[in-house]
Amino acid sequence: MPKATTAGPLSTPAVSPRLLWTALAVVGLMLLITYLVAFDQGAVSRSGMYLHELMHDGRHLLGVPCH
Amino acid sequence: MPLSAGSKAPATFGALLLRGLLAGLIAGLLAGTFAFFFGEPKVDAAISIEEAASAAQAAAEPQTSAAEEEPLVSRDGQKGGLFLATGLYGIALGGILATAYTLLRRRLRTPSDTRAALGLAGAALLGVVLVPYVKYPPNPPAVGDPDTINQRTISYLAILVIGLVAVWAAVVAQRTQPTEWRRAAAAVVGFLVVVVVGYALLPNINEVPATFPPDLLWSFRLASLGTQTVMWTVLGIGFAALVSTGSREPAREAVPA
Ligand SMILES: [Zn+2]
Repeated sequence: MPKATTAGPLSTPAVSPRLLWTALAVVGLMLLITYLVAFDQGAVSRSGMYLHELMHDGRHLLGVPCH
Repeated sequence: MPLSAGSKAPATFGALLLRGLLAGLIAGLLAGTFAFFFGEPKVDAAISIEEAASAAQAAAEPQTSAAEEEPLVSRDGQKGGLFLATGLYGIALGGILATAYTLLRRRLRTPSDTRAALGLAGAALLGVVLVPYVKYPPNPPAVGDPDTINQRTISYLAILVIGLVAVWAAVVAQRTQPTEWRRAAAAVVGFLVVVVVGYALLPNINEVPATFPPDLLWSFRLASLGTQTVMWTVLGIGFAALVSTGSREPAREAVPA
């Protein structure tokens, strides 16, 4: 291993299987949120098109394909 | 709330995640503010073009569109919803950035937490904003065929993946080289190879009607780029500031309590 990776104690936890599973769950949840903002047509949020229409301008301005 | 007390105990994932979510919320609200002032006027202009077009169509064939549809959310509601959208998006991106930081920090060859956090956010800006932007520039309302939305969405998701792979390829390529200038050249080559192949494989999409005013199109696209740049810049700087606050301070390390 090169020198830089051993320079001083690092401020992140050691990567363990438990951490990886937690990280996977968190990323899944975050992707669900981005899905609700960017792609939901009411099928997941069960709000009909309400959330879709409410966040419509954000979707366009965040660069996501819309209508 | 120091991240690593006496630089011995590493921060927990939860502590890093909280910082990411907080930085994301701030970034999302600031991106929303930018979008409100620079993007909404363009969206309004595009929607009035859209409405004029559908009104002309209704006049031409009166039997097809009987009643003017009552919108589910008013324009003012959508302008408030803009902040909800960018705020939620920012929180989610902040959570993902914090997770990536937690898992990748030890592999990033810099002793500086600030540089590590900024590097990851910069890589994301390049991979999920700039690479997609050049291939599929964002479009305002009134541009785009509703029938192709599924295909456009799949292509967009594909270009996000390609952008991230391109950044990863740049890092892998530069690590194979011994000298500084060769590392820089290898990074550029690795990045470009993935981007060029990806651009060539994905379909071209251009659904801008010939009648749509080009200056409005490009001022919308610039506003969208600005919104996304504000998002990732603030997220990167905010997260970097939050993770480096109270972290290792070598000068004080040896001082006994
Ligand atoms: Zn739209």
